[in-house]
Amino acid sequence: MSGGLVPDPTAPLTPSGNLRRRQIVSRVAEVVATGAAVIAIAALVIVIWTVVSRGASAISLDFLFTGYPTGVGPMLLGTVVIALVATAIAMPIGVLVALFITEYSGAKGARTMKLTLDLLNGLPSIILGLFAFVFIVAAQEKQTAFAGSVALAIIELPLIARGSQEVLQLVPGNLREASDALGIARWRSTLTVVLPSALGGIVTSTILAVARAAGETAPLILTTSAFDPNSFSINPFEALPNVPTWIYKVSEEGNPNGYAEAWGMSLILVSIILFASLGARALLARSKRKLSS
Amino acid sequence: MTQAVPSRIRVQPKAGAMPPAVTETTVEMQPLVAPELVFDSRGVSIFYGAKQALAAVNLGIRRGQITALIGPSGCGKTTFLRSLNRMNDSVASFRIEGSILYHGHDIYGSNVDRVEVRRRIGMVFQKPNPFPKSIYDNVAWAPRNLGLRRGLDERVEEALRGAALWDEVKDRLKDSALGLSGGQQQRLCIARAIAIEPDVLLLDEPASALDPIATGAIEDLMHSLKGRFTIVIVTHNMQQAARVADRTAFFSLETSGEKPVGSLIEVDETEKIFANPRDPRTRDYVSGRFG
Repeated sequence: MSGGLVPDPTAPLTPSGNLRRRQIVSRVAEVVATGAAVIAIAALVIVIWTVVSRGASAISLDFLFTGYPTGVGPMLLGTVVIALVATAIAMPIGVLVALFITEYSGAKGARTMKLTLDLLNGLPSIILGLFAFVFIVAAQEKQTAFAGSVALAIIELPLIARGSQEVLQLVPGNLREASDALGIARWRSTLTVVLPSALGGIVTSTILAVARAAGETAPLILTTSAFDPNSFSINPFEALPNVPTWIYKVSEEGNPNGYAEAWGMSLILVSIILFASLGARALLARSKRKLSS
Repeated sequence: MTQAVPSRIRVQPKAGAMPPAVTETTVEMQPLVAPELVFDSRGVSIFYGAKQALAAVNLGIRRGQITALIGPSGCGKTTFLRSLNRMNDSVASFRIEGSILYHGHDIYGSNVDRVEVRRRIGMVFQKPNPFPKSIYDNVAWAPRNLGLRRGLDERVEEALRGAALWDEVKDRLKDSALGLSGGQQQRLCIARAIAIEPDVLLLDEPASALDPIATGAIEDLMHSLKGRFTIVIVTHNMQQAARVADRTAFFSLETSGEKPVGSLIEVDETEKIFANPRDPRTRDYVSGRFG
């Protein structure tokens, strides 16, 4: 019995054979993985802490609501306009793409569309900026916020479409069956049964997409960076002031005041994005729970 | 089709002033001399891909009656039921041979619109599937989408009365249907189906997810709907078939060739099927000697 693979069943239940060594290896692996997790958390905490500690002193009512040089009101307003126009373009298309995947395409078409969206999502934003620059800015020979919105819309589209599609897929198939059995054409049931059930999830994926797009800088540098920092304009067909390019501009100047301003704007941007993401995720979890219960 | 679908739901001008009209339709049933067939299934074989689910079913469904389809699991009775209103069309590999005539029209004819088929042939499923909407909107949804907006309140009330649910929900029509019990949800699904005045109701094991009391309520409801609608019900529960059905069709798995295929063994008056079946396989099944 002794020395064989099967230990003596009456021996005390302490580690035998190479179990001690295997336990050390798995302990080391656990410590390393935990360390990596701590690094990830630290990265987020340090960035946020830096932004808050350096930006907080710049924040004031004047900073939020007046123009250059005392405040960044025009940039905030411009960013809101650019994001709204981008979302107005991306949301209807994104939701329709999601509906195509879940209601019409069939398995093969769905795979193709999901891959397309994931590839689109992986495109570097500078490429999309270049695209908008060549086809809109260069063609019109003028920078416009609209060109920036188009680039941001391409960034938002796959996020909205994929997020909506995942929620639409959670809408129980037996609801579609129920409306089919009542002799109602598919589009009517899609519109009045399927979409309302998934509405919470669609809205939150849109918010997440907006939060992601609002901080994108590269496309805006190419499309809407030559602006008057003192103009409270909401006309998307001219170059509008916006937060990301202004952060880039003032921090490039090597001027201490510029840095303070950049940190202040960063704080505003980061807070908006963080709160939107957290809120949207909570909403999303809630509507998914509602659908799967 | 020139024949108008007769209105079976009477709209009462002052519905609140009258007693519920749930049972009055049952007395209108007259014995028919030559039974009129709503469905006439001729040599129907159904395949899912290479697998044959049903072989050469010849079955007539008589107007105004309740026909029960019974048989062991996998014998194709639900498949047959779902082929009556083309609910199988969404299954990619589904294929049907033979013909199913509905009032003389081939259900699978080339000019037949399946949305129109389902508008006339309603269906209630095994698991209650109310929409995540209010009780009122569940019933009003289909009429609204079909353009039947006039007298919608009366129509909803009449459908809920028809499904024996009105008294339980009349004070909370705006509440979510998902707050109802399973049995109430299933009766709501029946109300939803009859609100558009279909010709036929297909019930796919409507009580299998319900407790005995709720099951009893559904069975009472079926008796009250008999005559107004032609009803086809699939059930695992033989006692249920014996209690509710005028005629009963027994399906079973028959091995012809190498693989077992669902087949119709026998169809007759329900009493005959349970008391004195012609086929020994039916006798074995109804007496519990099956398998």
